[in-house]
Amino acid sequence: MNKRPAKKKKNMPIMAVTYLFVAVFLGMMGYICHYSATHKQELINNSYNGRQQMLTAKNTRGTIYADGGEILAQTVTDGEGKEIRSYPYGTLFSHAVGYATHGRAGVEALGNYYLIHSNAPLSEKVANDMEGVKYLGDDVYTTLNVKLQEVAERALGIYRGAIIVSEPSTGKILAMVSKPDYDPNNIEEIWDELVEDKESGILLNRATQGLYPPGSTFKIVTALEYMRENPESYQNYSFLCGGSFVDGADRINCYHGQSHGSVDFARSFAKSCNASFANMGVKLDRSKFRDTLSDLLFNQELPLDVSYNKSRIDVKEDSPNVDMMQIAIGQGTTGMTPVHLNMITNAVANGGMLMKPYILDHVENSMGTVVEQFSPSSYKKIISEGEAEALAGLMHGVVEEGTASKLKGLSYTAAGKTGSAEYNTVKGDSHAWFTGFAPVEDPKISVTIIIEGAGSGGDFAVPIAKRIFDAYFEG
Amino acid sequence: MELYITEISKYVITLLMALYAYESFAVFRFQEEEKRGGIYTRQNFLMLLIHFSCFMAICFETEDISYLFFYIFQQVVLFATAVLFHMIYPKANRLVINNMCMLLSIGFVILTRLSYEKAVKQFVIVAVSIAVAMIIPFFIHKLKFLKSLTWAYALTGIAALAVVLVLGAYTYGSKISYSIGGITFQPSEFVKIIFVFFIAGALHESTTFFDVFTTAAVAGVHVIILVISKDLGSALIFFVVYVLMVFVATKNPLYLLAGAIGGSGAAVIAYQAFRHVQIRVQAWRDPWSEIDSAGYQITQSLFAIGSGGWFGMGLFEGTPDAIPFVEVDFIFSAIAEEMGILFAMCMILVCISCFIMFMDISMKLNDNFYRLIAFGLGVTYIFQVFLTIGGGSKFIPLTGVTLPLISYGGSSVLTTLIMFSIIEGLCMVKQDEAREGARGEKKRVRNQRIRSRKAVDKKAEDRNESENE
Repeated sequence: MNKRPAKKKKNMPIMAVTYLFVAVFLGMMGYICHYSATHKQELINNSYNGRQQMLTAKNTRGTIYADGGEILAQTVTDGEGKEIRSYPYGTLFSHAVGYATHGRAGVEALGNYYLIHSNAPLSEKVANDMEGVKYLGDDVYTTLNVKLQEVAERALGIYRGAIIVSEPSTGKILAMVSKPDYDPNNIEEIWDELVEDKESGILLNRATQGLYPPGSTFKIVTALEYMRENPESYQNYSFLCGGSFVDGADRINCYHGQSHGSVDFARSFAKSCNASFANMGVKLDRSKFRDTLSDLLFNQELPLDVSYNKSRIDVKEDSPNVDMMQIAIGQGTTGMTPVHLNMITNAVANGGMLMKPYILDHVENSMGTVVEQFSPSSYKKIISEGEAEALAGLMHGVVEEGTASKLKGLSYTAAGKTGSAEYNTVKGDSHAWFTGFAPVEDPKISVTIIIEGAGSGGDFAVPIAKRIFDAYFEG
Repeated sequence: MELYITEISKYVITLLMALYAYESFAVFRFQEEEKRGGIYTRQNFLMLLIHFSCFMAICFETEDISYLFFYIFQQVVLFATAVLFHMIYPKANRLVINNMCMLLSIGFVILTRLSYEKAVKQFVIVAVSIAVAMIIPFFIHKLKFLKSLTWAYALTGIAALAVVLVLGAYTYGSKISYSIGGITFQPSEFVKIIFVFFIAGALHESTTFFDVFTTAAVAGVHVIILVISKDLGSALIFFVVYVLMVFVATKNPLYLLAGAIGGSGAAVIAYQAFRHVQIRVQAWRDPWSEIDSAGYQITQSLFAIGSGGWFGMGLFEGTPDAIPFVEVDFIFSAIAEEMGILFAMCMILVCISCFIMFMDISMKLNDNFYRLIAFGLGVTYIFQVFLTIGGGSKFIPLTGVTLPLISYGGSSVLTTLIMFSIIEGLCMVKQDEAREGARGEKKRVRNQRIRSRKAVDKKAEDRNESENE
């Protein structure tokens, strides 16, 4: 062999191994940087992470504010120097703001990372050190609106249920009520009682965790699918409703057995005709329906930071007609959370674009300097603009000539869909639903309401929507 | 007041470390060691500053001045190492020594923070180990018979590992160490070096299929003993070092392919056969679901890595001690938490700089035996760094090996210091080769000149002849 190659001092296998290791290491370094930057909060909030105790020993937990600067939660020190978490509005924000002892919930959980960290200026920390007091944790400003929360909470009254109010164009959550509720000021004393009480589920935030049969509000989804499968001919759809739809031995009745006569597509929706929708349901292509359901985030994780449950629906490639009839009108085994329905409503109101719901607006340090600002972020266009427009039109029809006529003829226009979800087939008890938005031309606000066991959505949920809309538009 | 100092020192330390990491790559711009002098001096200066700043931060944070005495001892030993090595072996590579001292000082700092007692113990071991390491380059340089001890290496290695398997004590489920007179040894550490020598010895002259096959058998015995001892990390290191050394010795990528296939097959079998392998893999895939059992260590390690941020919590400001065995297997996470992600990344870069220098030295060696040794030790080093950092950050499953030069553990640090010293010895071998090469080159050039002159003369003669005609 020629001796010259040795002079060049290049050895391909060694070079290859060197590059390989350098590449692997660069990958690993990128991974570590990315992981630590993106998982910071999740890691700190884990209850197995002892650093929380260290931080709370060093910093006083920050304050939580509503959008108008009202204090929703703050830490005060009593005469004996003991820190107490105080919630000035008592039960009003119990589920939205949550609690910070015995685990955490609501904004207390969501903003925990910020509340226990202190970005106070160094000079202030030094002064604190001198005085021997703790540093002030950062304050969290939420999107929650005290007025809307109060209206919603009062409207729900003694009923169990949930209300969620949000802004379709941004995803801001303006109010979130769940009943039954509790007073977070007394959480220490009532904790054992709350945990033992399995039956009423007081600690459950029904707005995000409650799984309800969606009832007729689900017809938004069925209608969307029917339009997708029959883009040209759905306008010509017609059905003769005699109060029920029969397929073999199976029958679907309209609410209270009411017969709607000859209905077209829009009227079926406006009048919430079960028979007509069961008729559409059996004709749907199961496979395409499954795709649409995934688009709309059924059986999927929601782009939501607070704890929630996944909505569940069971459409198979070979679902028999009897199941499809039930599914099409939101009955059967389908379970949906109010927040999910609100998100679909928001997408309809926002030209198909779903904005990621958010409740933390910004974080300030003890001197009022903004440490972190959260801005609206779009999640995905879950339905097309044309579909959104068509659905908004159908939902406007529900107000103008259908089951939500209590919202007709007001200073603002509204659109929505009612639902009366039967949960006790023997007695015919039903949850009252309404989901909708206003004004139709330029949606500013949306509400989703469920009242457990109240009766029909049109009678019980729609008036609550009206009170919330009124409160919002009054200014 | 100390708050200002500890806060500012975080940024200062990170900046200095970034500069050091930069210099450790700037070295590669120059081919000749002589031109790198300025860089090395700057590195020494930066090392001193980093070490000093870290201990200043420790003293202010703990309000305990006694740490300063420990610091002075450390600084003297490390400074002496850098200076003495250069004096005794002027031809040795100074980047390797500087990086070695830099990494040792990081180890001292973080160990001091984690456990003063262990840090002192480690310091004594390091001081003695350095004394041992000082003489090694001389032997590597002078002892030419090292090439012919192939089978002695194989036997020694297997015997040492087998003894642990039979007599060794179980530590946390693996049989990896035994004690002689109160001192605990972990032979798999030392056998790593012997193993590299064995393969280099066996493959440096001929690389027939038969040679590869016999070495594979011996390597296999090593690996199997380690797997039975449940020392999976070491088993993996031996395997990877073997495959890559065969690849470099034969220059045949097919062996690499065969190694990859064989390795995957072995991994699948190991996963099926051993419960402790399954547990490790499970804990890697989803540590969160077993957070209070198999996933505890790794999740605590992730908490540490995630809580430091770019500049760290500051020394004594975090809680890395929440991770079980933090000073051995998870020292990287402790560094990331208290000294920051950026510092930790710079530290990785310094490790890579060592590795590239090892590879560079390896490529410049003409003698196959020495080239393979430099290469094998380099791979042993960097792969171990990869296993421990990757394992602690959930990049790969956890294997439980130390971070060389930084983790607590006598066997580990002594072995690594010997490895670095062997590399220095090889540098001197390289210098000899270069000198001989230069002599040879001069001769060749002279010959060529004579030849060309003759040719010119001949042409002239030819011309003369034709003119004469």
